[in-house]
Amino acid sequence: MRTGTWIEACAADAIEAEDVIRFDFEDRTYAIYRTENGDYYATDGYCTHEKIHLSNGLVMGSVIECPKHNGRFDIPTGKAKRAPVCVDLKTYPVKVEAGKVYIQA
Amino acid sequence: MASTDRRKRDYSITGPENQRAQERGLAAAEWYTCPIPRQRMKELMKRKNGPAIRDTLIWFGSLLILGYLAYLSWGTWWAVPAFLAYGILYATPGDSRWHECGHGTAFKTPWMNEVVYQIASFMVLRSATPWRWSHARHHTDTIIVGRDPEIITERPPVWKILLMQIFHLYGGPIELKRFALHTFGKLEEQERDYIPASEHRKVFREARIYMLILLAVVAACIYAGSILPAMFVFFPSFYGGIVVITFGITQHLGLYEDVLDHRLNTRTVYMNPVLRFLYWNMNYHVEHHMFPMVPYHALPKLHEEMKADCPAARRGLFAALKEVITALRKQKHDPAYVVEKPLPATARPYVRGVPQQQDTSLRSEVL
Repeated sequence: MRTGTWIEACAADAIEAEDVIRFDFEDRTYAIYRTENGDYYATDGYCTHEKIHLSNGLVMGSVIECPKHNGRFDIPTGKAKRAPVCVDLKTYPVKVEAGKVYIQA
Repeated sequence: MASTDRRKRDYSITGPENQRAQERGLAAAEWYTCPIPRQRMKELMKRKNGPAIRDTLIWFGSLLILGYLAYLSWGTWWAVPAFLAYGILYATPGDSRWHECGHGTAFKTPWMNEVVYQIASFMVLRSATPWRWSHARHHTDTIIVGRDPEIITERPPVWKILLMQIFHLYGGPIELKRFALHTFGKLEEQERDYIPASEHRKVFREARIYMLILLAVVAACIYAGSILPAMFVFFPSFYGGIVVITFGITQHLGLYEDVLDHRLNTRTVYMNPVLRFLYWNMNYHVEHHMFPMVPYHALPKLHEEMKADCPAARRGLFAALKEVITALRKQKHDPAYVVEKPLPATARPYVRGVPQQQDTSLRSEVL
């Protein structure tokens, strides 16, 4: 996969405040977040504990909770915050231009 | 459906069934979920502190009152019902609060979940961190033989285990041995399968705290020259266990093993408000397993969203117990027997496992 390339992920208004959506590109899957204060973030799509897609989880402030085992990550940093997740989540730079969300993957 | 002989299976998670489950694609697999719009799920997943604070105050307040009455009754025959009531109120919500706070969904505020989780873990004699990981595995591989460490009894059922659990006499001593093992910095072999190394020190620290509390209770008994202190802390984990096992056996027993659809291996039971308070709505067990991020107080609403896609809930605790005990008695002679409830016309079909490798040795009965 190319690295460092900006990829158009979705329209900015496709994600509600304090929510997350799934974005698949080539052979990877990502989670794109919009926090309560309107900031956008991107991480790997799967939880680091097990292969569960975080886009079905719950965004609370700047935290995402995995829908299967309730493990939590800090969205901006990807840091694991609650067992059973122990491994941090990979994060990706995000920019919003002309109403579109781009991630640098 | 014809039944074929099933060889006795090894239910330990360190045995050959673990590898077999992985080879069959049943480990950490994708499970069926009922279709619920994202917007509605977000509403249902929303966390609150209010209901859990209210329920926790009621629980501990009631324990204090019953404990005082039990204290007054000590030395008379009234002590029997008084301590039975105290013990049931100690152990039953202890179990359900342990469970909900372990998921981190009961309270909105994380530290509140953690405080109640640690207290409840001690009350039901479960090592807090090992059981957190054990329960995560139970949710990953629910009733997958060789993977799920929380299968109450194998098939054919071991009645001795179920009867001993009325007073927690099977699981309790196992947990006490684990406390001792952890206190000395060791783990059981099976615990190494699901507890990551980064958590081991925490396991040992918690066990040492538990041991200190237990030693303090022993010291209090010696000082008082009576078992009365232990009747309030420690013994209730045993003598108050009857409702814990009664609720527990309705969750999965008599249903399928090795399927990837909670509608087939998990049971939802309608209960009255008192039982639902004790159980913190875990009678909505299919709902909980399918969507564990929905807090206990929202499970009745989740049930309404899901019921058109699920078999009918059992109408009361006694109906569920009758179904379970009947199934277990049949499994004693025919271990392949399972109960299967029909789906409503509005439901999507059952997912029985990894499609190309379904286990054809099961005998089910549509009730």
